[in-house]
Amino acid sequence: MTQSSALPPAPPSSGGVSNEISMLTVSGLNKTFVLHLQHGLKIPVLSNINLSVAAGECVALVGQSGAGKSTLLRSLYGNYGADSGYIHVRHDNETVDLATAPPRAIVDIRARTIGYVSQFLRVVPRVATIDVVAEAARDTPPEEARNRAAALLSRLNIPARLHALPPATFSGGEQQRVNLARGFIGAHPILLLDEPTASLDNANRDIVIAMIAQAKAAGTAIVGIFHDTVVRDAVADRLYHVVPIQDVI
Amino acid sequence: MADETLLSARGLTLHFGAIPALVDVDADLWPGEVLAVVGESGSGKSTLLNVLAGRMAPDAGAVWYRDPIGALHDVHAMPAPALRTLHRSDWGFVHQNPRENLRMAVTAGGNVGERLMARGSRHYGDIRAEAISWLRQVEIDAGRVDDFPRTFSGGMLQRLQIARTLVTHPRLVFMDEPTGGLDVSVQARLLDLIRTLVRRLGIAAVLVTHDLAVARLLAHRIMVMQRGRVVESGLTDRVLDDPKHEYTQLLVSSVLSA
Repeated sequence: MTQSSALPPAPPSSGGVSNEISMLTVSGLNKTFVLHLQHGLKIPVLSNINLSVAAGECVALVGQSGAGKSTLLRSLYGNYGADSGYIHVRHDNETVDLATAPPRAIVDIRARTIGYVSQFLRVVPRVATIDVVAEAARDTPPEEARNRAAALLSRLNIPARLHALPPATFSGGEQQRVNLARGFIGAHPILLLDEPTASLDNANRDIVIAMIAQAKAAGTAIVGIFHDTVVRDAVADRLYHVVPIQDVI
Repeated sequence: MADETLLSARGLTLHFGAIPALVDVDADLWPGEVLAVVGESGSGKSTLLNVLAGRMAPDAGAVWYRDPIGALHDVHAMPAPALRTLHRSDWGFVHQNPRENLRMAVTAGGNVGERLMARGSRHYGDIRAEAISWLRQVEIDAGRVDDFPRTFSGGMLQRLQIARTLVTHPRLVFMDEPTGGLDVSVQARLLDLIRTLVRRLGIAAVLVTHDLAVARLLAHRIMVMQRGRVVESGLTDRVLDDPKHEYTQLLVSSVLSA
């Protein structure tokens, strides 16, 4: 149901000199939603997904609206459960199957290995923006975390005078940039991006492109949904087509 | 990741007459973890909290607590004085109504200092300094240290209760609807306070709430209860975003979003 295709001429992936480290390997992943309040209606969304992402590589999920791109991305974060198949994640030099990992292991994997930038900012009300970002820094002393948060926010054109304000009153684009700062401050080895530039202007979009390129250069494995083709072409090494499942009767 | 649980319960069952309040409930809590118990009124979540904390005995089943040196204690088989000591030292309990925990005829500072004295502190200056430091941490003006709780607002009383509970640095805190009955503006501040303190002090907590948004913001894991049974449990955001059980799907789909 799904296929991988290379954008530019694919680098030689077979052969003896491959020293690519796979950070994330999905195999035979299936996901069906069962809606009990709709008389047990079954909605199959993902079928036999196979995907591997190496360190320093960015894979863009593509497919029509409703095909299951977000469902796949959320599954890679453990936000949605998998019905079958595995999601192998490289965590502390070991391989952990996110599809079967206990909740506590997933909390640990998210703290140190997988970062996620969602489309919506969900935070405790009335907390200052700088603290919202700083607390996402892992294993960092509070002072340093705040300094890094301030630098990241400023890089994303959130001016210092806004840092002490809670993000609730910010515009959509500003909230998205706060979300981006939160996602990037942890420097996780795996980063999942759900429409990271959806409500940004061109100047800010270019900053995000630069940040993604920088993360890739540092060895971060990235999976993202980018409707903006300029961004997609700039950052993606490969496209992964998510194909909608035909309705079963 | 520590492998040994701080608190474990197996097969907890309790009936109030014909009403099943708890039916074969298992629960585990690891150090530093926040576990939310959600469900509607009458689902048994507060009963579970009281049984876990040894405040109410189950008809069947057991609760074990692992102390700091690693020894396991059967909470419901402990002698009463030992359980009281536990509640004064390693444990804390935050009630929905702060008046159940606070002594209204004792000053704010006295309410906080009392827990320290119960634990054995004797130096008045130290106790007062510690009490003031905790009032500050829960954002109560240090100038109110000698005021009586009856002059405090509902939100301040709740924060005072939290200061009183956390002053002894408990390893495990039981919280029963800690933000219930408060104005939303106060709720937000209290949520942030609880989350920050729990994280900074590495406290484990069992949090009973009917508010799914509170559970999402504070808890690592969640248990959904219906008629005394745990119908679903797991990672908080997965249970809320990808609920499997019919009752969880109903709960999640019934929430108004502002």
